[in-house]
Amino acid sequence: MSLTMNRNDVLLLIGFTIVVFAAPFIFTPIGAGYPDLLQKFAIFGIFALGFNILFGLTGYLSFGHAAFLGVGSYTAVWSFKLLSMNPLPAIFFAILLGGLFSAVIGYISLRRSGIYFSILTLAFAQMCYNLAYSVLTPITNGETGLQLDQSDPRILDTAAGIDYGAALPVSNFFGIDMNSTVETTLFGQTLQFNSGYYFCAVLLILCFFISMRIFRSPFGLMLRAVKSNQNRMSYTGLNTKPYALAAFIISGMYAGLAGGLMAVTDPLAGAERMQWTASGEVVLMTILGGAGTLLGPVIGAGVIKYFENIFSSFNEGILMQAYSFLPETLQHALVSISSLFVGEGWHLTLGALFMLIVIFLPGGLMEGFRRIRTGISRLMGGGKSGKASDRASAAAE
Amino acid sequence: MSKLYVNRRGLLKGTAAAGVGLAAPTIFTSRAWSAEYMNEPTGDTVTLGFNVPQTGAYADEGADELRAYQLAVEHLNGEGDGGMLSTFSSKELKGEGVNGKKVAFVTGDTQTKSDAARASAKRMIEKDGAVMITGGSSSGVAIAVQGLCQEAGVIFMAGLTHSNDTTGKDKRANGFRHFFNTEMTGAALAPVLKNNFGSDRKAYHLTADYTWGWSQEGSIKKYTEELGWETVAAVRTPLGAGDFSQYITPVLNSGADVLVLNHYGRDMVNSLTQAVQFGLRDKEVNGKKFAIVVPLFSRLMAQGAGDAIKGIFGSTNWHWSLQDEGSKAFVKSFGQKYGFPPSQAAHTCYCQTILYADACQRAGSFRPSAVGAALEGFSFDGLGNGPTEYRAADHQCFKDVLVVKGKENPSSNYDLLEVVEITPRAQVEYPAELLGGELGPYNDGA
Repeated sequence: MSLTMNRNDVLLLIGFTIVVFAAPFIFTPIGAGYPDLLQKFAIFGIFALGFNILFGLTGYLSFGHAAFLGVGSYTAVWSFKLLSMNPLPAIFFAILLGGLFSAVIGYISLRRSGIYFSILTLAFAQMCYNLAYSVLTPITNGETGLQLDQSDPRILDTAAGIDYGAALPVSNFFGIDMNSTVETTLFGQTLQFNSGYYFCAVLLILCFFISMRIFRSPFGLMLRAVKSNQNRMSYTGLNTKPYALAAFIISGMYAGLAGGLMAVTDPLAGAERMQWTASGEVVLMTILGGAGTLLGPVIGAGVIKYFENIFSSFNEGILMQAYSFLPETLQHALVSISSLFVGEGWHLTLGALFMLIVIFLPGGLMEGFRRIRTGISRLMGGGKSGKASDRASAAAE
Repeated sequence: MSKLYVNRRGLLKGTAAAGVGLAAPTIFTSRAWSAEYMNEPTGDTVTLGFNVPQTGAYADEGADELRAYQLAVEHLNGEGDGGMLSTFSSKELKGEGVNGKKVAFVTGDTQTKSDAARASAKRMIEKDGAVMITGGSSSGVAIAVQGLCQEAGVIFMAGLTHSNDTTGKDKRANGFRHFFNTEMTGAALAPVLKNNFGSDRKAYHLTADYTWGWSQEGSIKKYTEELGWETVAAVRTPLGAGDFSQYITPVLNSGADVLVLNHYGRDMVNSLTQAVQFGLRDKEVNGKKFAIVVPLFSRLMAQGAGDAIKGIFGSTNWHWSLQDEGSKAFVKSFGQKYGFPPSQAAHTCYCQTILYADACQRAGSFRPSAVGAALEGFSFDGLGNGPTEYRAADHQCFKDVLVVKGKENPSSNYDLLEVVEITPRAQVEYPAELLGGELGPYNDGA
């Protein structure tokens, strides 16, 4: 069997693969090249890609996707505890349970659309959160979160004769520890190549490929039709429910996978992963990057995680250094102004950025890139053709 | 439009080959070759990671902790007046940094969430090269970060965490705690409660629904029931609830005559203020005056609760009005820098930083196993709590515990608590096996 792919898509996939694999080179200069943040980029990229299949294509705005992320995490940690420290069974069961939960929640929630659908998913997610937080404490270990223990059974590992000794085990892919890192120095920078990141990266590329295939398939077209006018679809005698439910389950499985990977790279599962703020975060990521575009959600996820991890770490000392070239009074004034926006104020910066994007670039960062590109081509090759292509691509959204 | 035909097998092969090729270096080698242990400092500075809540229910504590850390770093580097370094019984630290290296630090926000705290700690370890992580204010977060530090191979010096589990069920070899725990609070508080309220009382618990709350509730129940008290009910409230009136109304009709508030931070400020507004403190039940007990007290919370804390009993790790040399030196240098006295959270964080630095100096290395060995069984004095020992069996400090009461006539905004009793260490000590858990071996991360 052979695949027919648009040349642009092949180029996009190849380019995406190169960027993902070369991430430690690309992100180290902006201070984001350390393993934990790269892993977060990849994991939340997968999460947002899956969310985009539902929201970007069908237009159903789910406010409860964090529930599936949490389910995936708990499943993966239990798989580590009971079965094996190998991530394969962990992510298999994480995807499976993410899919099962989304089938149940989706089946009920999809009876309504619009705001009622959003509220239903939000309610289900909050139920899951509260269950995990207190009622199901024996399974989830409540607020403290589920952690590994030296005395866990790990049936498959024991059967295979793997003994972790007295130390806490680390998840490992057939002998490769997920937290092992190789450091090299290139152009005076220390680059960290982490096996856990590359494990996530391969899955991210696979997820991106699947998402691309869905976007280009007749099934994807049907989902877009659901978004543009569901009533008209029904009048033509077509039952749209199975399509929307399938999209919901697929995105739930993506979320389950992302949750499972969070546990693979850091074997802990906490209830706050299911909180509504986490559900809101993926909505922000998708809208920030560009809902309904292929690449947008991954970029949005990267931007938000970068803000959360890097901007929140700037303290006054770092700012003082950054402005050290200025005269002292000016330096102090600037530090006191900008410290509002970094450190614990990083939410403020993110909020301002989000507002600017929603007001001026409703299509997200992807629309910004497109405008820049058309602007450049207009400068290069005269106005008319640029405008036409701009209009055409806007219509395609 | 031009089309490119890609064979699926070819695509898969290509991707797999690219993946293997790029992952290959990680398969054959690991970090092991680069250093003898995790983040071994090679330059002329050593980096410590201060991971505190800057947002959320414990933000006030977090801010005060950060002040104390900055003060400790100044003193270690020989700036300022040296604070408790001059009263500390170990004289290894001379204000010339640690092991000849200047102390630098990085900060992060835990958001009082385990995930965020671990992400922040990971950034410090992986990006900033921190060799020790410290901080706290929520036991759930402290336990999560302690687990991370064990996995990564750096030392964790717990800040304010009061749950038994931190050095009990969930203890780890790389983790150390200076703060006391709920077991000690129970043992210290029970005799005082008996003297003041008698041995025939009915208690109603409101408990923050997480590790620390459960631990606190368990310990208070255990010790008060030994006195002969009866526990009417124990109700769990969500962390950061804000409005507690729906939980306080049932107390009025429960027949209980003591309310135990197992809350901390803003939760405690809100629940106590609301309980007092409901008239609980002036009520008479079963012919006795109604009493409210807040097992873990802090001055920051007392400030937040205002008049509501008058006459209310609790325990605390340290209070700035103590008159020993160490406490006086610490209050003086903290007050000079920030203009107000430090809280117990600030005190424990300052002590942990000094204790870590001292252990590194004595061990002559930052290697976690060597530093741990220097801390285990270490007896010291002059840090404000009298003679103290880091017990080797569970990495928990043992020292005297303060039982305090909200002052009826405070002389200033900070002078809100009075020390009722200093319960000697012998009375609060328990066998290490009591709380279960296993330390496991040290992890040097290489």
